[in-house]
Amino acid sequence: MKNKIIDATKIIGWGVDADPENEPTYPIKKYTGDDHKRSQWTRPSLQPAKVEILKSTERPYLPAVFGTPYPPRALSGVFRRLAFTFSESMNRRWLLLILADRMDVVEGLISDVLHARFPNLVKERGLGVMLKHKPGMFARKVAIRLVILGLIGGIVYYNKRKNNL
Amino acid sequence: MDYRGPYRVRATEKPHPVIEHPEDCIVRVTRSCICGSDLHLYHGLVPDTRVGSTFGHEFIGIVEEIGSEVQKLKVGDHVLVPFNISCGRCAFCKQELYGNCHESNPEATAVGGIFGYSHTAGGFNGGQAEYVRVPFADVGPTVIPPDMDPDDALLLTDVVPTAYQACEMGGIKKGDTVVIFGAGPIGIMAAKCAWLFGPSRVIVIDHIDYRLEFVRNYAPCEAYSFKEMDDVVEFVKKTTDWFGADVCIDAVGCEASGDGWQTLTGRKLLIQAGSATALHWAINSVKKGGIVSIVGVYGPTGNIIPIGNVVNKGITIRANQASVKRLLPRLIEHVQSGRLNPKGIITHRIPLEDVADGYRIFSEKMDNCIKTVLIPPSAKR
Ligand SMILES: NC(=O)c1ccc[n+]([C@@H]2O[C@H](COP(=O)([O-])OP(=O)(O)OC[C@H]3O[C@@H](n4cnc5c(N)ncnc54)[C@H](O)[C@@H]3O)[C@@H](O)[C@H]2O)c1
Ligand SMILES: [Zn+2]
Ligand SMILES: [Zn+2]
Repeated sequence: MKNKIIDATKIIGWGVDADPENEPTYPIKKYTGDDHKRSQWTRPSLQPAKVEILKSTERPYLPAVFGTPYPPRALSGVFRRLAFTFSESMNRRWLLLILADRMDVVEGLISDVLHARFPNLVKERGLGVMLKHKPGMFARKVAIRLVILGLIGGIVYYNKRKNNL
Repeated sequence: MDYRGPYRVRATEKPHPVIEHPEDCIVRVTRSCICGSDLHLYHGLVPDTRVGSTFGHEFIGIVEEIGSEVQKLKVGDHVLVPFNISCGRCAFCKQELYGNCHESNPEATAVGGIFGYSHTAGGFNGGQAEYVRVPFADVGPTVIPPDMDPDDALLLTDVVPTAYQACEMGGIKKGDTVVIFGAGPIGIMAAKCAWLFGPSRVIVIDHIDYRLEFVRNYAPCEAYSFKEMDDVVEFVKKTTDWFGADVCIDAVGCEASGDGWQTLTGRKLLIQAGSATALHWAINSVKKGGIVSIVGVYGPTGNIIPIGNVVNKGITIRANQASVKRLLPRLIEHVQSGRLNPKGIITHRIPLEDVADGYRIFSEKMDNCIKTVLIPPSAKR
């Protein structure tokens, strides 16, 4: 069955209890009724899209302005494009984006090395100030990492020995 | 600044921003801040935070260049720039919802454009930099009154409007008891602003002692550590004659601690959009028919909160990104008259080159840090 277009004003009792003073969103919102005109405003000039801009499926066109830095790249970009085929209401959209963010970190490291720049991880992670102000926390972090490295090292060594036997 | 991955940022030379839209301007930043919201980015919790991004949505600076359609702003103006990017003419901006503009974010309809806040908020570079592109130059940027301290102006870009709006949304009435969760910059400022609405008691809850001590003197107000309570909700009930607070404000957001289950599912396993401990407490501590006002930031997926209690208690929940432009005229008055003293919460000034240290100090709540200002090299000369 097809849906009919309904003229609400023809419905008996339509709007008899509407109270313009009852506007619970005020003062966050200064209600003007513009909502009901939907997208009828005079749009600003439109920024030309010179790089790839991913657009939410929940809007029909690009907004007047947008950021252009860091368009999707490499493998993380593939995942970002895939994420943007789902609406904002789908969890998988956001999980794919988080996954892409983690890939992007690795791509960032590779790109640093390719540009002959070796990231100073101690400085980037602010470990110096941590040692100064919270030495206990610093020691804990170092210890956890050493244990993990030790475990990995142990497993590798064990497997090697097993294979050699 | 240059984001390289969770807990990794650095200062890098980047290309000078250019005008990309006729209503853009380029601002030379004189000061910027690190915000609690930036920590969600720094911790890798905001989806679509691309490596290389510049964060920073709280900044002031001098207009260096303007686009062809800019009419009001002039080169040389010293401006404070609201954190929201708004066009001023869409259906939402027309109703003063400047934090919900429909013309500034292609990537998500769930949030308006925000400077330096991931591609989920429009993919704009932010103000923890020497120069920044500012769209809709005639709408957001506001010339700093000549008699105003730049540090006060800096905090009018986000902290003060957010805190004030938290109170406003709480609908605080004379005689009310207001409970504020979180004693970060937002919670502290909310405690200060709450008094402007005439409550009889303002109570702040956190677990970091130096912050509780600070807000006790700054607001001034009552402040309690949840570490020392068996049950936060019971504590609030008891102190309000077993009634519940009239208004609860969530100024914590998605990285709340205090409940192992919430922390595990929200911050470690990412099964929910961050941990909702403070919001859970707020809903359960407010009186029947009370108001819960949320300014703490949560992710776009979902959170575990006692929605059944919201129904059964008839609670009103109000929340939004602060509409900075709407609130500025009133807040400038409050600062000029001395009713508010925003710069009083600044504890650290760090050169932009040491941005990584600045993030670590704020993130780990080291060195009694409340609010950190970053000074770009070009502003020191
Ligand atoms: N809506 C907006 O427009 C807007 C604007 C700015 C900031 N924010 C958000 O406000 C929140 C606070 O910002 P901030 O700069 O003050 O950050 P912050 O990280 O400095 O402060 C958060 C405070 O909450 C405390 N806390 C943690 N768990 C708690 C709990 N269960 N109960 C009570 N307190 C708890 C922490 O110890 C900390 O002191 C963040 O989520 C931020 O993203 C929102
Ligand atoms: Zn902020
Ligand atoms: Zn708008």
